[in-house]
Amino acid sequence: MTDPVLRLENIVKTFPGVRALDGVSFSVMPGEVHALMGENGAGKSTSMKVLGGIYQPDSGDIFMGEKKVTMSGPLEAKSMGIVFIHQELSLAEELSVAENIYLGELPRKSFGRVDWARLADQTNAILKKLNVSFDAKTRVGDLSIANQQMVEIARALTVDAKAVIFDEPTASLTDAEKVVLFDVIADLKADGVGIIYISHRMEEIFKITDRISILRDGQYQGTVVTADTNEEAVTQMMIGRALDLSRNATHHDLGDVALEVRGLSCGKLYQDVSFEVRRGEVVGFYGLIGAGRTEIAETLFGLRDPSSGQILLDGQEVRLHSPADAIARGISLVPEDRKGQGLILGMSCRDNMTLPQVDTLKAGPFVAERAEIDIFDQYRARLDIRTPSWKTQAGNLSGGNQQKIVIGKWLSMQPKVLIVDEPTRGIDVGSKSEIHKLLRELAAQGYAVMIISSEMPEVLHVSDRIVAMYSGRIMRTFTSDEVTEDNLIQAISGIKSGQAA
Amino acid sequence: MQVNKSSNALKSGAIWGFIVLELIFFSIAGEFLSLSDKAFMDTENMLLLLKQSAPIGIIAMGMTLVMVNGNIDLSVGATFAIAAMILLDSMTWTVFAGLGDWVIPVAWVLALAVGTLLGALNGLIVWKTGVDAFIVTLGSMLGFRGLVFMVNGENPTSHLNWTLVDFAEAKFLGFATATWFLLAVTLVIWFIMAKTVHGRNAYAIGNNREAAVNAGIRVGPHMVINFAIIGFLAALSAVVFYSESGSVNPNDGQLYELWVITAVVLGGTKITGGAGSVIGTLGGVIAIQLLRKGLGHIGADTSTVNLVIGLILIAVLVLDRQLNVRGKEELKV
Amino acid sequence: MATMTKQQIGGILARQGILIAFAVFMIAFTFANPKFLSVDNVLSVVRSSAILGVMALGVTFVVIGGNLDLSVGSMMSFSTIVVLDLHDSIGPFLAIPAMFAMTLCLGAFIGFLVGYLRLNSLIVTLGMLSAIHGLTLTYSGGKNMDIADKEGTWFSVFGQGTALGIPVPILMFIALAAFLGIVLAKTAFGRKVYAVGGNGTAATFSGIRRARTVFLCYLLSSGCVATAGLMQASRSLGSQNTVGQGLELGVLAAVILGGASLLGGSGTIFKTVIGVLILGFIQNGLLLMGLQFYVQFVVTWVIIILAVWLDIAAKRGKLWSPLA
Repeated sequence: MTDPVLRLENIVKTFPGVRALDGVSFSVMPGEVHALMGENGAGKSTSMKVLGGIYQPDSGDIFMGEKKVTMSGPLEAKSMGIVFIHQELSLAEELSVAENIYLGELPRKSFGRVDWARLADQTNAILKKLNVSFDAKTRVGDLSIANQQMVEIARALTVDAKAVIFDEPTASLTDAEKVVLFDVIADLKADGVGIIYISHRMEEIFKITDRISILRDGQYQGTVVTADTNEEAVTQMMIGRALDLSRNATHHDLGDVALEVRGLSCGKLYQDVSFEVRRGEVVGFYGLIGAGRTEIAETLFGLRDPSSGQILLDGQEVRLHSPADAIARGISLVPEDRKGQGLILGMSCRDNMTLPQVDTLKAGPFVAERAEIDIFDQYRARLDIRTPSWKTQAGNLSGGNQQKIVIGKWLSMQPKVLIVDEPTRGIDVGSKSEIHKLLRELAAQGYAVMIISSEMPEVLHVSDRIVAMYSGRIMRTFTSDEVTEDNLIQAISGIKSGQAA
Repeated sequence: MQVNKSSNALKSGAIWGFIVLELIFFSIAGEFLSLSDKAFMDTENMLLLLKQSAPIGIIAMGMTLVMVNGNIDLSVGATFAIAAMILLDSMTWTVFAGLGDWVIPVAWVLALAVGTLLGALNGLIVWKTGVDAFIVTLGSMLGFRGLVFMVNGENPTSHLNWTLVDFAEAKFLGFATATWFLLAVTLVIWFIMAKTVHGRNAYAIGNNREAAVNAGIRVGPHMVINFAIIGFLAALSAVVFYSESGSVNPNDGQLYELWVITAVVLGGTKITGGAGSVIGTLGGVIAIQLLRKGLGHIGADTSTVNLVIGLILIAVLVLDRQLNVRGKEELKV
Repeated sequence: MATMTKQQIGGILARQGILIAFAVFMIAFTFANPKFLSVDNVLSVVRSSAILGVMALGVTFVVIGGNLDLSVGSMMSFSTIVVLDLHDSIGPFLAIPAMFAMTLCLGAFIGFLVGYLRLNSLIVTLGMLSAIHGLTLTYSGGKNMDIADKEGTWFSVFGQGTALGIPVPILMFIALAAFLGIVLAKTAFGRKVYAVGGNGTAATFSGIRRARTVFLCYLLSSGCVATAGLMQASRSLGSQNTVGQGLELGVLAAVILGGASLLGGSGTIFKTVIGVLILGFIQNGLLLMGLQFYVQFVVTWVIIILAVWLDIAAKRGKLWSPLA
């Protein structure tokens, strides 16, 4: 048996308030495609950052072949032949494709000049392999997101890579582009390169990988041979027993229609969207990234102007020009990006929680701080927010507690319609199931709840009805009785019901 | 994408269009308002304009590099004054008394070396402390000015070397010495930014610093080099200008940073870094100088020049904003 | 948790660092010259810092809100010239509100550009520095402005008067600092300023009208500038067109020394006042030691960079930047 190209042994990494990695071990053989799976927040990206030298582990070792190595940074990882294809694009948009592919390694001539001819030749050779439609001189900012992703992938082919890490590489690719990507992966594999493949998409995992390692809550759950396992078994390992993701089976009486949307369109983002949400109902929105779900939520919260269509609240048509409008009419949005949109990390927990109502909480000319503390204490108790004090900066809390602050912020506004966008992304399993329970409770209390999620078990677990979206359109709306994993997947892949075999 | 492309093309051409507009406006307005009989677009007048553009223009080329790199340098005016002081003062030092006219290159080298060192010092502080370039150079703008005073007190320094004056006033192929320096600097900085690995890395750093770091580009040394270059150019600007004038006041060069940054921004360099070109900057420098001269030509005083340039700078930003609005569906944050 | 407390300790050290430096300077200067801490000297320092201080109070709001203002110096020249001119033409009673109205218009214009049009505040205020300077020169025709009857006007009270034995400029500075300190720390507006500067996107997602908040910061700042212009005009009863030139740097230096991050979201009025006093006492201390005025430039340079550097170092837990 040959030695693994890369081996992680018992890696531990802690951050303030959270143990991000707790004994992660796995190894990648040459010519192997090794999947790394786990829910958001399970520690996949943290492991990769340790591997790339961006984080230093508290304990544990990394081996390349026989040799124990320490990664001091991205440069060192690269020099050892470890290449990362990042999920978030890390490209310089103003520069050309060629300059981006050879970023940091531009070929030189005399006087420090760039050897443009050589650069173009090398780049075009790689681009030809990838079978793409643009050339070396194209400005990266002028490419589509999918093509930018291809540029990112092209980088991996420039160095003599021993291991290549793909982090959610297909998130923005079309099917045809995926085929090209899988060919590239097959070529690398044939050359004896070890590949770590991170993805949520079971279908891909079972199609191209050889083995699967699973993480849960920062802990290593084991490695299985892909051919010997199936989706359920892997899901079981990813989720564990702690999370109840049975189907939503609660049936209670629904109230009046709280929110109705008729023929709503917003440019190219989504078109002709119609749905309703009743009091006491949780409606799940499921689809791929870019399907237009978040954009609908932003429109309902007054952050985008629709190009046509109507929004009705309690049967009255409303025009929402700003979040302040939306808030005044009883709409709350727990946004997708907790740190960028949900919280002001340098502010105290209390100030974050009461921010939307700071104008109305008054004691004379001042903000009523006593009342603010009361509100904070109330939701701290209700949501079980773990923080030393209301004065703690939001940035110092763990992801789950941060998310609870955001949810508390919007619950304290007593909204009619609560929209939550990816409410459990990147938080631990415990907090996750608490949030699921909370959403069901809120519905039972008569709130109208819209949940946007990219995790199918989550949508199935909490929703009374599920709206499936594909490419800016609603494909189908399911009741919890009629939905199956198969017909849901078909709907969000653009296959109309009845067409599928 | 298409909109984006056309707006980029529009932006890079806009400054030259603006220059043409200025020329037409001042030529016509000059017919009615000018006090002199000379046409505005007189060759001699235009050549003089290029010469007068040199002091700001030479520094602006360095500022383009620094701003594309994602930094800014507010201390150039003070560096300019220090270099001028060193240049004129060193020619009178007794150690150099025996050199005759050979003191000129020695004084030049001294002045340029001091400028380069001060620039590199700024860059080193930005790199090693991690303090934002705006704050570092805001501080050194004060500090360097203090050094000027400490070196030479509050009185002007004067020294006229006639060989030097002859050189500075010389003309070659119709262009003044200062103009040649401006053109040469433009060419060299263009070469650095467009053709060298260092220049392309500078763009990458300004465009997406994290990506540059991840790609293993050594961000710090690149920044130090660029600050050293702008320090050198601020000194070169002083050398060119004071060779002719022969007298420097400790407060000279104040507000130069304002003019230089205005020229660079007018020339289309992105304030946040990553995009810009010296050709655009040259356009910006000429546009500003045209405006100063043109307004003078039609009888407006300096107050109007300040007012107009300030408002034009803002108008350019407004225009740029309007061109980049993606439409109604944009997220309103 | 361990890292968190370490961060907190670092943060406290950085915060107190300014006060410690202040104390060290005061003690050193007092040893060098016992007159330094005399009542007369302290009053004279505070008095001469008051104009810059009042401007710094306004700029603190702008900076906490995540923006810059480089135009306050030339705006102050404008206010001074205008109020001096109007004093003789329409009398001080009308001159003061008229000057305030005109200065507030300038602030509103900047606030509109930066707040509602979302233009880069550095470039906008750089442009306004030049434009307002031009406006002032046009207004005055380039001449110095003097009040005709310097003896017979009550107008001098804002710059030269005393109440309860304390110079009026000091009282105005203290009163304004107390008032604005409360506005920033205790009112909804103040909270919104921190929110917008801390994370403008998240503030918008919380229903805060970001544009309006930024606009109000600039309006408030121009109000402070007008007050400073009034104090300046009243002190000298005559002025050059360039009286405020370069003051924007001193103002920014004071605000930064006080620990407000140029990224926005942090800083307090109290800290800015400390920053103003540090600058004032350093200037005074160096002069008392017989050093030339320009030595303070160099000292200020070193102090600004040290102050910001130590602040950053405490936050990242490392003295030197890890940047390669």
